[in-house]
Amino acid sequence: MFKKLLIAVVALGCLGLAGFGVLAWRPAIAPVARPAPESFAPELIAKGEGLAGGGYCAECHTTKGGQNFAGGYAFATPFGVIYSTNITPDAETGIGTWSEAAFMRAMHEGVSRDGSHLFPVFTYDHFTRLSDDDVRALYAYFMTRAPVHAPARPSGLPFPFNIRYLQAGWKLLFFRPGRFEPDATKSAEWNRGAYLALGLSHCGACHTPRNLLGAEKPGNTFGGAVIDNWVAPPLTAANPAPAPWTHEELYDYLRTGTSKLHGTAAGPMFPVVQGLAALPDSDVRAIATYFADVDKAADRLPSVSAAVSHAMSYASAKASEQFDPDARLYTAACASCHYNAAGAPLAARPDLALNSAVHLHDPSNLIQVILRGISAEEGIPGVVMPAFGGALSDTDISRIAAYLRRTRTSLPPWPDLAAKIAEIRRQNGAAN
Amino acid sequence: MTSFHINGRAVTVDAEDDTPLLWVIRDVIGLTGTKFGCGIGMCGACTVHVGGRPTRSCITPLASVAGAKVTTIEGLDPEGQHPVQKAWADLQVPQCGYCQSGQIMQAVSLLNDFPSPTDRDIDAVMAGNLCRCMTYVRIRNAIKQAAAEFRKVTTNE
Repeated sequence: MFKKLLIAVVALGCLGLAGFGVLAWRPAIAPVARPAPESFAPELIAKGEGLAGGGYCAECHTTKGGQNFAGGYAFATPFGVIYSTNITPDAETGIGTWSEAAFMRAMHEGVSRDGSHLFPVFTYDHFTRLSDDDVRALYAYFMTRAPVHAPARPSGLPFPFNIRYLQAGWKLLFFRPGRFEPDATKSAEWNRGAYLALGLSHCGACHTPRNLLGAEKPGNTFGGAVIDNWVAPPLTAANPAPAPWTHEELYDYLRTGTSKLHGTAAGPMFPVVQGLAALPDSDVRAIATYFADVDKAADRLPSVSAAVSHAMSYASAKASEQFDPDARLYTAACASCHYNAAGAPLAARPDLALNSAVHLHDPSNLIQVILRGISAEEGIPGVVMPAFGGALSDTDISRIAAYLRRTRTSLPPWPDLAAKIAEIRRQNGAAN
Repeated sequence: MTSFHINGRAVTVDAEDDTPLLWVIRDVIGLTGTKFGCGIGMCGACTVHVGGRPTRSCITPLASVAGAKVTTIEGLDPEGQHPVQKAWADLQVPQCGYCQSGQIMQAVSLLNDFPSPTDRDIDAVMAGNLCRCMTYVRIRNAIKQAAAEFRKVTTNE
């Protein structure tokens, strides 16, 4: 009896393995000679260029100071370091031998030309939503770039995460391939925004929390997550900013890098604004329309001015402030740029009583911006915030952060600020 | 190598990315009107404009101004006749003068943001600019005197 059971279990196991093997196996797609650049219509290439911007392809497929799209960017994942690949049309080290079908399969199914599974750090779980036409345009764009010889760097993933075959299991668990399906109850603009946000611009890759195996949690889309020691805030009604993210605020933020009632796009959000610049105004408006619905801004619209004046009332100086050493520190270091006359914040004076970073449950973004400042290319173009990292001690920065939290919000204080600052300094140092 | 504009002219500077902008302005470009005070962004003596906004150049890394337009006290007005400068001269604001280029740069942007500043606006925006000679009363008067004329004049930024 026991023997029979054992045989049955082993047989089932073998069958299961064989089944998995069949499922996981993907054929190679025959290499092709690189299509002549002239074979692509200029309009198609131009369309692909816009899409490549809106998908931030260059952001992950380029190293600092490296050649565009030549790969090598390091992703510090919880599973180990992994490097992006060369997507220039170099025959040997890039995608020069990839046919359009191979490119399409990679985008839609996360499978390389040689049939191996790609790691989901390449967000094919979003790109699978892209229309065939858009993928064709991207193909045309990439195949007409200058080829760069840049061999891929081997990943630093430990066993068993480095086995590409096992990625099929990850896909089975978490990957739902399929093109974007419009919601007939919503406007065309909303659907365009959803298509971009869920597919091309893969907003959820940063803004949706991930499970232990690194997959986005389906029940908490856009719920907010921590990435590279920055917080990607919730894009839902759970967003803690005092003023709602209305269509207007979202549009200003995504198009210009700054919005009057929320602040400046810095850190990992800056390349998003930079990438979206390649998309037409109508696309950025569509994304704003989509997220203004996701975050239920309409419910809070009647209270915008009240929320703003309430937040601004926090910023009014209290009579005792000149005797508060934290307030003095803030006045000396920050107020000359961040002060606003009561009730009327100026775009060029980001008001910290409204600023998202001061209202998040995690102080990382505020700490990062104080430490690094904001460069001329980030946020408001041509304007900088100095970097206080070399000027202020961890204690000083924690005093400023605690002071803002205490005086500009009614939220609970951030715990262990000085330790958090030291940790972020350490990690930033390691990343540079 | 970092390229930017200073007082309307293009410059390319070969220095480390994290070199303070102030060092570049004084030691490389040779414009010494901008002063070194505390070196930690706490006194305002090094204030210049980047993209028209007042900026503490002593803690601004060179790399972060790539492509930006920097204006120093030398570039505020070709004749040194900016309304704020005229008010400064008229009321004899400076004593030793060391902090004054930073004070003036900060005051100009104060008036850009708040054309009719209240005392509270002046205190809040100017409090980060220290003056050890205690010329604060004259600074405030000069700002108010400049405000009226300033509103009528276009800056060259």
